[in-house]
Amino acid sequence: MGVFVNKDTKVIVQGITGGTARFHTKQMLEYGTKIVGGTSPKKGGSEVEGVPVFNTVQEAVDATGANASVIYVPAPFAADAIIEATDAELDLVICITEHIPVLDMVKVKRYMEGKKTRLIGPNCPGVITADETKIGIMPGYIHKKGHIGVVSRSGTLTYEAVHQLTQAGYGQTSAVGIGGDPVNGTDFIDVLDAFNKDPETEAVIMIGEIGGTAEEEAAEWIKDNMTKPVVGFIGGATAPPGKRMGHAGAIISGGKGTAEEKTRVMKDCGITVADTPAVMGETMIKVLEEKGLAEKCKTL
Amino acid sequence: MNIHEYQAKGLLREFGVKVPRGYVAYTVDEAVEAAEKLGTDVNVVKAQIHAGGRGKAGGVKVAKNMEEVRTYAEEILGKVLVTQQTGPEGKEVKRLLIEEGCDIQKEYYIGVVLDRATSRVVMMGSEEGGTEIEEVAEATPEKIFYEVVDPVVGLMPYQARRMAFNMNIPHDLINKAVGFMTALYEAFVAKDCSIAEINPLVTTGDGNVLALDAKLNFDENALYRQPEVQELRDLDEEDEKEIEASKHDLSYVSLDGNIGCMVNGAGLAMSTMDIIKYYGGEPANFLDVGGGATAEKVTEAFKIILSDENVKGIFVNIFGGIMKCDVIAEGVVAATKEVGLQIPLVVRLEGTNVDLGKKILNESGLNITSASSMADGAQKIVSLVK
Repeated sequence: MGVFVNKDTKVIVQGITGGTARFHTKQMLEYGTKIVGGTSPKKGGSEVEGVPVFNTVQEAVDATGANASVIYVPAPFAADAIIEATDAELDLVICITEHIPVLDMVKVKRYMEGKKTRLIGPNCPGVITADETKIGIMPGYIHKKGHIGVVSRSGTLTYEAVHQLTQAGYGQTSAVGIGGDPVNGTDFIDVLDAFNKDPETEAVIMIGEIGGTAEEEAAEWIKDNMTKPVVGFIGGATAPPGKRMGHAGAIISGGKGTAEEKTRVMKDCGITVADTPAVMGETMIKVLEEKGLAEKCKTL
Repeated sequence: MNIHEYQAKGLLREFGVKVPRGYVAYTVDEAVEAAEKLGTDVNVVKAQIHAGGRGKAGGVKVAKNMEEVRTYAEEILGKVLVTQQTGPEGKEVKRLLIEEGCDIQKEYYIGVVLDRATSRVVMMGSEEGGTEIEEVAEATPEKIFYEVVDPVVGLMPYQARRMAFNMNIPHDLINKAVGFMTALYEAFVAKDCSIAEINPLVTTGDGNVLALDAKLNFDENALYRQPEVQELRDLDEEDEKEIEASKHDLSYVSLDGNIGCMVNGAGLAMSTMDIIKYYGGEPANFLDVGGGATAEKVTEAFKIILSDENVKGIFVNIFGGIMKCDVIAEGVVAATKEVGLQIPLVVRLEGTNVDLGKKILNESGLNITSASSMADGAQKIVSLVK
């Protein structure tokens, strides 16, 4: 099970002829992901890692029956790529590309309103359902099939959480990176809702960072709707105000969006917050033990 | 990216946003010449630095004659202004804006920002101008009005009218205010701004609606398509190490501590700072080498960290995804061979190509302390630096 993607998801890679895309196409194929095609304008008819390349997304979909895409095209062309995938009526588009101009994303988000396509990202590591499919750039070997869901604004912190869980013998259902940009497709609440409905998922780790109020809104939603325990962590407690910390969305402005405030709201809403990123896994295990779920979730 | 007030006004003028006439001056003589060119009785001498709160810090003076222009220019140029936005070290004034004075009737606030909650551009307005909008939001939130813009049609005239009425702009000036807001929104979108703030917007005795101050910030991700904006960058206003980092596409922020950090991924980079602090150390910087870094880029990153004299130890914390551990290892080895390494280096590698990366470090013969986890690495570097 898991959320959004599984072993049957048929994926095309947009921008498959680029260096990063080639490398990760190979990695995804090795993990067992059904990569059925790729696109690269004017390179239709060629192959990358044995995967057929098409000129347009529509051609690729018509020829392969793909229902999802993953985007590696450079930032100036990424908005176009997302809209092309939306017009081809894919169920899911995962955009890995970072540094997309924010006003491009404002238009993309407006365009996608009312359309069937779900966007994950941009500026995200992708989605993996352990032992089934890996769509993105995360290192596959750290994941293990199990019962914990992970959702995060940060790619590398997702890996950190997953790695800690796996090492302690607690596998995962899916890990979803929603991306570090101020305007993104799928938000925390969409993913939490999916984990809440997924019969395999028993508990969730939610990883946020400074900037915006998405964590606070998600915490309120959790308090009212979530039936499964949630462990949280917020990165950037030591970040100075007014400075953009790498991610376009990670900035404390006008005293809003601090780690302190987010942590406070999360605790108020019943979420157990890890003190450091090094104990996200440990904190989850403690919560599972308290709830009597540890045995069920232990996968070693 | 920030620009100066005079640059922002010049740019807004191109879009039909009304601003007072004015000229930039780098010297006292240029300031006087500018005032003569303006030919107005009253001129304003304004310090140009990338920080707000200039007025309170003595960086804005009203001159009633040429002598006063000279006196104030002499006083302000070269002065180190300390405002709540500059930090205690302040900023030296190297440029002045000499502007015609105007007969202010009332001060208002207009801002255009990206609203993350709606994923739209939002115009904010208030009749409480001249003070920080955050203070207005705190004290009298009911006096701030919002118009959410649909990117398909842009800011509609009715929205600008509604805003002008809400702000209690006099009826005979409503049309001018609407024109002002429409032009401001157009400039925001055309130039890929992240913030356009006019505080104060003023109505004048001669029936004008003018931007008395103007602050524009730009989306750095869009600078590739804004060559004119790039030319407005003032490197004097930025941290040297941050400038060097941006040349190599590295995301770097200077901090006050003594433990240099090199990390991949913004979230992990922030958390690495957090965990160093948790174990009693102080991070010297935020540095995200990004996803597609080459060994050369890693080398440059390493050199930038080492150029900070406060740095007494380095913690490299990598969880490879797009970033491959062997690339990081090659960069670290190349950089230390090039610039030498006299301080402790702790490296934690995990993720894509981790075994290859560890092998490169082990065979390099360098004095590197390896760490098995993030917490282990943070504890090791903190104790090595003490």
